[in-house]
Amino acid sequence: MNEFASHHPLLVVALPKIAVLLFVLLTTLAYLTWFERKVVAHIQARWGPYRVGPHGLLQPLADGLKFLFKEDVTPAGADKFAYFLAPFLSLSLAITSIAVIPFGPKGFTVFGQSTPLAITNLNIGLLILFAITSMSVYGVALAGWSSNSKYSLLGGLRSSAQMVSYELALTMSVVGVVLMAGTFNLSEIVQAQQGFHWGFVPRWNLIGSPMPQVIGFFLFFTAAVAETNRAPFDLVEAEQELVGGFHTEYASFKFAMFFMAEYSSMITVSCLATILFFGGWLSPFPQTMGWGWTRYIPAATFALAGLALIIHGVRYLTIFGRFVLPALGLGLGGLGVLFARPGVPEFVQGPFWFLLKITIFIFVYVWLRGTLPRLRYDKLMDFGWKVLLPLSILNVVITSLAIVWTQR
Amino acid sequence: MTPQIAVFLILAAVTVAGAVSLILQRHPIHSALSLIVVMVALAGLYLLQGAEFIAAVQIIVYGGAIMVLFVFVIMLLNAGEEERTNLSRMARFVGVPLGVVFLLEVAYWIARATSHMTQSSPQAVSTRDLSTLLFREYVFPFELTSFLILIALLGALVLARREDSD
Repeated sequence: MNEFASHHPLLVVALPKIAVLLFVLLTTLAYLTWFERKVVAHIQARWGPYRVGPHGLLQPLADGLKFLFKEDVTPAGADKFAYFLAPFLSLSLAITSIAVIPFGPKGFTVFGQSTPLAITNLNIGLLILFAITSMSVYGVALAGWSSNSKYSLLGGLRSSAQMVSYELALTMSVVGVVLMAGTFNLSEIVQAQQGFHWGFVPRWNLIGSPMPQVIGFFLFFTAAVAETNRAPFDLVEAEQELVGGFHTEYASFKFAMFFMAEYSSMITVSCLATILFFGGWLSPFPQTMGWGWTRYIPAATFALAGLALIIHGVRYLTIFGRFVLPALGLGLGGLGVLFARPGVPEFVQGPFWFLLKITIFIFVYVWLRGTLPRLRYDKLMDFGWKVLLPLSILNVVITSLAIVWTQR
Repeated sequence: MTPQIAVFLILAAVTVAGAVSLILQRHPIHSALSLIVVMVALAGLYLLQGAEFIAAVQIIVYGGAIMVLFVFVIMLLNAGEEERTNLSRMARFVGVPLGVVFLLEVAYWIARATSHMTQSSPQAVSTRDLSTLLFREYVFPFELTSFLILIALLGALVLARREDSD
């Protein structure tokens, strides 16, 4: 088997990794909709999905089945090729961008082939991510135009103009990080953030060494929220209530593809934000002598979550819930025990902190949606061109000055 | 048939197919989409030669900005499908055969002129090397090009302004 693996590394190593990541990603997308509905509901002092399965956990399944069984209507006079291409392009580009993201430092070995915790490790990983982001404008533009409806056309044109404008600020705000790290390789950018200032403050790019990239981070996150068409920049989604957006004329599954593409871009941007500014898979605790107990934090988190689920689940309202929730709790507790066994904590540290940071960023995304009002279109374009772009250029200039100064 | 040659043949076929489709499509949007395919396939060919930065920038600039402009213009101008008429007799019996003969002749001369070249293994040019070249030896043409683009931008702004200022 090892012989076969060394001759066919693509088949034995890359394809299973892709399959696993794709499966995990699609499930995460489905449950991201559940997460968003619950969080927005709790912000609005109500409960959100509660009935379909315990705590609404089967709601994404119900929604998926609904989308699959709805009638697929194509508007008359629509340009068929572009109409079918647009959601496909959106979704495939959004999912492809996860391929360059590293989830952890060490790899693992499969049949003698050692492989990192990422699908690829490109030297231009960051540039490829931006290339994919810039191509995703076509999904929106073609969708708006091909629907043969004036509201779709206007919504699509506005949305693609917004995406193109904020792309500039997005790419410029990252240049400071690239200057400090000296590479476009995402794994190396994370590794350049290792170490701790004065022993306990982590050397993430947010508090980086020549120049803290605070402005860069806020510019990046704002431009990313606008780029993924999320609130408060979500004229496209909102125009469904007001007029109509680029996905007005789209029926069941194609509509679902657009939404999956949007959530997938959210996940990608959160991953990028943690890698570039928050140290990626690096732990916030120093790895020196007295801090060895922090390696058991993943295990403790999972075990406590499992325990809480079990205690809450045995007194749940429905009988189905009284079986499912404790079973989930047992699963989580089992994972917690697994992470505490010898040899496992080092492996699980990187992905755990990475996923925790991504979850925080996704929570901030949903929080923004639930709290802030929408921007008017002309104010949005003003903000992108007159505020974000000059500030990002200023960030590049200041960072370059700081680097030249400290290297003198 | 090494993997490099196979990938090159696939990418070249996709490029040529995109270019031919660009000419033969009826609707301008489909032509624009074919041009996007050509740009992305060209980026793949650059990557095959080891120019990774150029490949990524090709997708970002050509595929993501210039072609978006093309698509916007076609959408805003609401260009419709073209009419198709049959080829005239002159075109069918004289034009197309002469065009094919010309193409074959050009292909023959290119093949003869490059037959001595062997396939070299491409070395990846890192971004660092490229930027060292660009900002040390070729800095003067670089700055001149940025001036040129600035002048073009200003010219477009002046020409496109509304004439309501006396």
